[in-house]
Amino acid sequence: MATAAAHRTARTGADAPDTATDTAALQHAFDTAVAAEERIEPRDWMPDAYRATLVRQIAQHAHSEIIGMQPEANWITRAPSLRRKAILMAKVQDEAGHGLYLYSAAETLGTGRDELLDKLHSGRQKYSSIFNYPTLTWADVGAIGWLVDGAAITNQVPLCRCSYGPYARAMVRICKEESFHQRQGYELLLALSNGTEAQHAMAQDAVDRWWWPSLMMFGPPDDESQHSAQSMEWKIKRHSNDELRQRFVDICVPQAASLGLTLPDPDLKWNEERGQHDFGAIDWSEFRDVLKGNGPCNEQRITQRRRAHDEGAWVREAAAAHAAKHARATGTTTTATTTATTGTTGEARA
Amino acid sequence: MTATVPATTAALALGDDALVLSHRLAEWAGHAPVLEEEVALANIALDLLGQARVLLSLCGDEDELAYLREERAFRNLQLAEQPNGDFAHTIARQLYFSTYQHLLYAELAAGEGPFAPLAGKAVKETAYHRDHAEQWTLRLGDGTEESRERMLTALTALWRYTGEMFQPVAGLDADMALLETRWLESVTAVLTRAGLPLPEGPRTGAWSAGAGRQGLHTESFGRMLAEMQHLHRSHPGATW
Repeated sequence: MATAAAHRTARTGADAPDTATDTAALQHAFDTAVAAEERIEPRDWMPDAYRATLVRQIAQHAHSEIIGMQPEANWITRAPSLRRKAILMAKVQDEAGHGLYLYSAAETLGTGRDELLDKLHSGRQKYSSIFNYPTLTWADVGAIGWLVDGAAITNQVPLCRCSYGPYARAMVRICKEESFHQRQGYELLLALSNGTEAQHAMAQDAVDRWWWPSLMMFGPPDDESQHSAQSMEWKIKRHSNDELRQRFVDICVPQAASLGLTLPDPDLKWNEERGQHDFGAIDWSEFRDVLKGNGPCNEQRITQRRRAHDEGAWVREAAAAHAAKHARATGTTTTATTTATTGTTGEARA
Repeated sequence: MTATVPATTAALALGDDALVLSHRLAEWAGHAPVLEEEVALANIALDLLGQARVLLSLCGDEDELAYLREERAFRNLQLAEQPNGDFAHTIARQLYFSTYQHLLYAELAAGEGPFAPLAGKAVKETAYHRDHAEQWTLRLGDGTEESRERMLTALTALWRYTGEMFQPVAGLDADMALLETRWLESVTAVLTRAGLPLPEGPRTGAWSAGAGRQGLHTESFGRMLAEMQHLHRSHPGATW
């Protein structure tokens, strides 16, 4: 497409703009490309605020994947059948993989994994608050899959059309895997719901505990969301928090009925006029409290993350030292001397 | 496939090795030193769990065998059940075990015994496990002074569990003496490249020789089973 090529030429000008006119031209090319649903790529010019917004969002997403491993890994060693154990191990492994794609996507914007991990460990960047709730029973593994991954998919499917290319492409793969996660959660709960009385009660209890925090995953109501308007304009975000939350509720209600489980909301009912479900008021004070650090597991999650990182420091240092010696010996640079399958560390590449 | 009694003994031994080591590796989830190792260790654990499920199913119901046997009925090597320790201990355990398992499965895959089909698939998986362990042994042995020290400590601590791997197992059609020779050659070569000495000291003893295969385990194994079996045993007869 001729126009697209023209925009790209303008956007990829190798030299930094030295006049206001140049910046205005670049901004115009960027705006035109976004409006035309073209993807912005790493070497394209982009506004600083767009870059910063993406780094913040992708980092928070990556952090959520790796912190999110903890509540589920909590049950791997107690999984009640070998089949369930294999499924759960594969799921937690997928989450580590998602973390890797996302940190790589952030790296294309000029921010490396080490810097982002440092911000996570020091509390300067956040992860999804949902992971500050504990997994108390085996059924919580099912509830996380069905509700938490279900909410995540509702949020993430539109991100496959995000204006930033590397993020959009990472999300395509992530969403495919997440839909497996959601199905395994549903299937796990179905087995429990149709099982013994104790198993059914376990499933109901888990859904009762995870329902409201899952609704909070869509973020504050539209009129209080601080980043939404600009992100919509940049086509990073496609739907408002409340739209996505409504979509999720409408999906879950019939699924809960098929599961033979109830959702803990007495105000939940079909609204014929709107063609959607009405649901009860969300306790936003709880959301803000957990966000502030007062959730049941905030301290525990970040402490475990820091401990794993600190206790692994000597391993990463050894890998880096070995790579450096090897590079000297062979006269090559240390970049990309190893691959993920043989255990590259970000530090080793640094 | 209906396994004969000796084949069942062998399947249980190999199946328990895979089941127990998979469990230990899965304990790393969320604790690994770097994100790539979260993926790699989980990958190895999943391969082993897949092998365990096939092998245990040759002997009976996989879940009954995994969740309802007492400690003394498990036939895994003591090496497989050793706690993770630090990353160096896990890598030393992986080096010793995956070298053995790869050599064994290569031999079984080449034969015509009851394990040839399983071994044909597993030999590809274990080749990767072995490569992973060897690469990390090189990095840690030839990394920093600290990593070298830790690797030496780990290799030495686990050395006494390595003789058991080559005790004969009924139904396992493999030349254990030859396997041991090849294993020693391979481990020696890797350690030499890593600048590490081969540990000294006995590889078998009055208690350790073949003990795990006879149902004698180390203290931490009981706690590992307690955790693994607790939920399943709390709901007798339930399906999951």
